[in-house]
Amino acid sequence: MTKIGLEIHCQLTKLESKLFCSCKADYRGFEPNTNICPVCVGLPGSLPRLNKKAIEKATVIAMALNCQTPPKIAFFRKNYFYPDLPKNFQITQLNIYGPTSIGQEGKISVEGKEIRIRRIQLEEDPGRLIYEGSSERTQITLVDYNRAGTPLVEIVTEPDFENPKQVRLFLNILSDLLENLGVSDPSLEGAMRADANVSIEGGSKVEIKNINSFYDLEKALQFELTRQQSLAERKIEIIQETRHWDDRRKITISARSKEGEEDYRYFLEGDIPWVMIAPQVVSRLKKDMPESISSKRERYIKNFDIPTQVADVLSSDKFYSDLFEQAHSEKNAKEVANLITTDLMGFVDTKEKRKESKLNAKHLSDLANSIIENKITRNSSKTVLQTIVKTGKSVPQIISELDLGHVSDEKEITMVIDEVIKEESKAVDEAKQKPETINYLVGKVMKKTKGKADATLTLELLKKRLNC
Amino acid sequence: MNLSISALEYIDAIKNGDFTIEEFVSKTLDHIKKVDGKLHAYLSVNEKALDQAKELDKKRKAKEKIGSCIGMPIAVKDNICVKDTKTTCASKMLEKYVAPFDATVIARLRKQDALFIGKTNLDEFAMGTTTEFSAYGPSKNPWNTQYVPGGSSGGSAVAVSALESIASLGSDTGGSVRNPASFCSIVGLKPTYGLVSRYGLISYANSIEQIGPMARTVKDTAFLLNIISGIDPNDNTTIDNHGEDYLKDIEAGIDGKKIGIISEMVGKGTDKEVSSATKKALSKFESLGAKCEEISLDMIDYSVASYYTITSTEAGSNLARYDNLRYGFDFDLEGYEFNSYIAKTRKNFGPEVTRRLIIGGFVPSAGHAGRYFLKALKVKSRLTKEINSAFKKVDFLVAPTVPILPFKFGEKLDDPVAMFLIDFNTVTANLTGKPAISVPFEMSNGLPIGIQIIADSMQEKSLFQAAYALESTTNLPKVPL
Repeated sequence: MTKIGLEIHCQLTKLESKLFCSCKADYRGFEPNTNICPVCVGLPGSLPRLNKKAIEKATVIAMALNCQTPPKIAFFRKNYFYPDLPKNFQITQLNIYGPTSIGQEGKISVEGKEIRIRRIQLEEDPGRLIYEGSSERTQITLVDYNRAGTPLVEIVTEPDFENPKQVRLFLNILSDLLENLGVSDPSLEGAMRADANVSIEGGSKVEIKNINSFYDLEKALQFELTRQQSLAERKIEIIQETRHWDDRRKITISARSKEGEEDYRYFLEGDIPWVMIAPQVVSRLKKDMPESISSKRERYIKNFDIPTQVADVLSSDKFYSDLFEQAHSEKNAKEVANLITTDLMGFVDTKEKRKESKLNAKHLSDLANSIIENKITRNSSKTVLQTIVKTGKSVPQIISELDLGHVSDEKEITMVIDEVIKEESKAVDEAKQKPETINYLVGKVMKKTKGKADATLTLELLKKRLNC
Repeated sequence: MNLSISALEYIDAIKNGDFTIEEFVSKTLDHIKKVDGKLHAYLSVNEKALDQAKELDKKRKAKEKIGSCIGMPIAVKDNICVKDTKTTCASKMLEKYVAPFDATVIARLRKQDALFIGKTNLDEFAMGTTTEFSAYGPSKNPWNTQYVPGGSSGGSAVAVSALESIASLGSDTGGSVRNPASFCSIVGLKPTYGLVSRYGLISYANSIEQIGPMARTVKDTAFLLNIISGIDPNDNTTIDNHGEDYLKDIEAGIDGKKIGIISEMVGKGTDKEVSSATKKALSKFESLGAKCEEISLDMIDYSVASYYTITSTEAGSNLARYDNLRYGFDFDLEGYEFNSYIAKTRKNFGPEVTRRLIIGGFVPSAGHAGRYFLKALKVKSRLTKEINSAFKKVDFLVAPTVPILPFKFGEKLDDPVAMFLIDFNTVTANLTGKPAISVPFEMSNGLPIGIQIIADSMQEKSLFQAAYALESTTNLPKVPL
């Protein structure tokens, strides 16, 4: 049986500051080695200063993944030499002396399959190594410590995945969940990384590291499974080892040193006393926790009669669900949901577009109300949304500027109908024979009014006029 | 103007207008020039000290507000960061390292207008008991320059003892403040773990070490502790002492107090001169109204082994950052890759540091931790339990600070185990986090003997009362300069 387990590293990018100092947690956009201080580069004499907010955010993640959260947690040192590690040890958590990491024994359901979470730990991200040229040939490696000390949550699963597809679904769910919790922005480069361990029936466990994206993870898993299966078919032993994903050649390569041989000399980090997490804190965090994606989804379906597919899209994307929550009222909920999932989506489907968009919740709610109150036709809403996203102008302003006001005046529509009947005599005759072709004439009226005419009224008037 | 005055006397004299800050600092600098070539208390002397003194005098003249130290020259062990000042840890690894920030203790003293006169010598990274392991040569004991001054804060003790500063700061991981204080006949305090911020102290064994004040009198020591103690947001292990005033009621005496003599610390291995001085100290305590009894702490026999196991483990980790990548000394990296570069540059550590890094790589390693490191932690926690129950019976524990008299250079250099045993009486306070003070008590053939008093956690106030009471019974000679 195929067994896959994951170690996912997720940066708490939504925090103001790093895990042990006041440098920015989100280091992106800084010149190399400018988002640093004596603490995060481990200068002699500096001491870690624990960011309590990070403990809270990590606890919230643990609770969202149904983990147990211990009453007190500890930090440990993991000792090893590496150029990206300013102190040559990493402050992290582990459970060898009892359950002292931020969460353990959780679970999450992936299409009915339960994936168990072994533990969740809070730790510091190392700096970044930048190779000049390709990593194999280069003579020069540059180190950027801007990332060093960024709060990182490691989520370790049990080997419960049976195939790469489950892994992908799990990671999508996890990524939506983390974003919904407001702890991280998984779309940022490097904010979410995963290592995997893979074994097949009768074979040893193989770790795969160095995977840069979730897309590559699936590729790496597929490669590794194929590799292991072909070894098994040829009765060659699958040895326990660590393999690195080669991004360029799309294969896994045996790492020179074996993971099991490394000795990290773990011991308690004396500079950070044990942290007590009082029951009151846990219940406050639980109370303040954002509503889960599944609960939102159910609520949208139940309370607003929103179709399942629309509710799925709306609830799993925090940007959309936040807009919906702010814009909707009892009356316009369904319309707001429709506007978001049918018209708006195309204009704000990337991070950049979302950032540049000038649309706010009031725009959406005004627009939905205008549709309901017949001030504008459903057909014009897309144009209005596009203009709002670009300019941020108010809905009434756009309606008047673009002359999109709804025509429901009988006289006015009748005048246009007269015109159309004159111009389309052939179609008029046809409509008299075959009433179902009358829609063609409705379309012509709409075109002449730039979509402003009330479609129902137009049809009614046309039918009356042609006696059909 | 006499350089041998105490810190409190200095403050009074300046306030009285007996002399200016500049005059005193200038005389101190002259004296350093005269004696330090021989004594080597300092690794570097503050070149701006005289200008800073003049500035402070100006401030005083202009009746501007001035801090309680009023320009008092203070020497600082060279493992404590002073902004824009070379901080070497007496190591080749940090030969050129200039600290970009002030340690919390320095910032607090600076706020009180203390004047940092220089950085003092130590055993490399504070590992040693004699300053013989300084990469820049040892300091000499001013009482007899053929003898070691103790360590690792040897330079800080010599500076105060030889009148090269009024007071100083040291750090104490296993006795490094108390041991040289005892050997140089000054007062040295190792505070309760967490009472003084370690921010800016270059870590050696961070779970047990503290910065401690060193001075000529118990009152001066209390005065300094008032300034440097208390909670610090930059050090998560600090404790709030609610602004305790350690000078207040310092003369309260020890009438009716109970004193326990730690029998393991006055037994075999103790020099007979030291033994008899200790007995004499106890009879002084009794004459002041205290009751003395013997107390045995079984775990003490394992304390030195436990101490070296724990400190080496932590040192192995704390000193890992000295890879000469981000700071350090000049080194041409041509021809090296990461591992060989690190191996090569780290050869610049001296013999004692290297010894402890090797131990520190072994005792906590997988497969050995159970026999060594974890067992050492067990000793630490049992010893703490024992001492806590002892403090239910007595107010203070007393022992000689060092079981032997100061010795000559080179005498124990080739015998690490003999060197380790010098710490036998001091490591207990570190392992258990208790405050301990060394008070100069007697001279034996021109060599000083100090008495150590240990109190329960956060009981520095009563510890100073006992120390002051003992100090009041003594009449010690002036240092021969």
